[in-house]
Amino acid sequence: MQPKPLALKILDIASIIALAVATYLALVFAPTEAVMGQVQRVFYFHIGTAWVGLLGFVIAAVAGIAYLITKDARWDRFEVAAVEVSTVFFFITIVLGSIWARPAWNTWWTWDPRLTTAAITELIYIAYFMLRKGIEDPEKRARFGAVYTLLGGISAPITFMVIRLFRTIHPIVIGSANANQEKMSMTGDMKVAFFFGLFAFTVIFIDLIWHRIRLGSLEEKVEQLKLKVSM
Amino acid sequence: MIEKPETLDNRPQTLDRPSSREAAHRPSFIKATLAIVQKDLSAEFRSFELISAMLVFSLLVIIIFNFALELDVKVRESVTSGVLWTTFAFAGTLGLNRSMSVEKDRGCMDGLLLAPVDRSVIYFGKAISNLIFMLIVEAIVLPVYSMLYNVNLFRLDLLGVILLGSIGYAAVGTLLSTMSAQTRTREVLLPILLFPVAMPVLLASVKACNGLLTGAEFSEVLTPLNLLIVYDVIFVAIAFMVFDFVVEE
Repeated sequence: MQPKPLALKILDIASIIALAVATYLALVFAPTEAVMGQVQRVFYFHIGTAWVGLLGFVIAAVAGIAYLITKDARWDRFEVAAVEVSTVFFFITIVLGSIWARPAWNTWWTWDPRLTTAAITELIYIAYFMLRKGIEDPEKRARFGAVYTLLGGISAPITFMVIRLFRTIHPIVIGSANANQEKMSMTGDMKVAFFFGLFAFTVIFIDLIWHRIRLGSLEEKVEQLKLKVSM
Repeated sequence: MIEKPETLDNRPQTLDRPSSREAAHRPSFIKATLAIVQKDLSAEFRSFELISAMLVFSLLVIIIFNFALELDVKVRESVTSGVLWTTFAFAGTLGLNRSMSVEKDRGCMDGLLLAPVDRSVIYFGKAISNLIFMLIVEAIVLPVYSMLYNVNLFRLDLLGVILLGSIGYAAVGTLLSTMSAQTRTREVLLPILLFPVAMPVLLASVKACNGLLTGAEFSEVLTPLNLLIVYDVIFVAIAFMVFDFVVEE
């Protein structure tokens, strides 16, 4: 394995610092919300991980297309890294949302459009890993993975649109909210914590993907060595 | 020595122009697609393997739903479309699985791939035959359900929605069954791959059918219907573009 590049070392430290600062901002600096109280602080992390999760899925779809066009294994590694990291982040999103929901809506889960879409999206990417596990030939694995990320990447937004048209109780923070939906507006300090949280999670995301790509190249080398030994 | 006949313009005589020979034998897209559909249908109508399995399974699922949900008269109308679509989804999975694995097992797929046609012909042929099998099963399940639960399902608009939903389901299902047939876990993998990706079809179809059955305004039905059509178009297009990558050896 190649030694860690300097940029990655710096990024590691930057991620840890960013996470620490984001935690401070969310838990200490931001004012307590009037209606929901302390539990609202979960929101700073929940949105950060949600943003990163969805970004990763979109990146994975693009990487899949790039692999199908160029047949370069590096795009495949990038795609696997993006899906893996995003799946974990999106799962964290769902859990954090659930934690927030219990005091706020008096239920751990509800079949509200956004939550339902989140569950379905998570299942798409878990299915992705099951698909990859079932194929031994690396080239076929890469091809099928790319096709499936493409299908999943297009299906998830459509799922969201299908159910978005029906009423939701999920708060709409950004964008217009009509009378049926809970409104949330943020004060200045909250906005600082919120946007820094988004930034911090993006940095962490890039760091983790980079590490995962390196791990992917190592995995490939191990597979090649195994083939050599078995022959 | 045989003398070559003289031509009027004194061009050298060649035996046969290869390009014209190929062109004469290369079938058109539609003809090739219909040939595959015909193959599948004639094979199926001799043995009725697929349709009978799908049909019996659907009827059993409907009966199970009778016990699983308290389908009393009041609840029935709101629950019918969900029960129907669950049945179609599961039966459809059976049909898709079998249809593809049969191709693979008997080496038919290799034969199809060797044929001098565009790979997407195979996709369209299989998708259309899968769709036809689903429609045949639905055509039998709907009257049976109507009888068993005293709900009138013989409405043109309802049948239209079911047709559109089946098209979307068969389109994605054919592509994914081609993939899952080539994995180790085979039949088990298809529902896991298919259901999350086909969610929009199921959601929109159930919403639209529900709206029609409970007598909602047409505008409420139009929205999921539009999304269903959009999904169908997008996914048939994607499957058409991507099928090559899924079957190449």
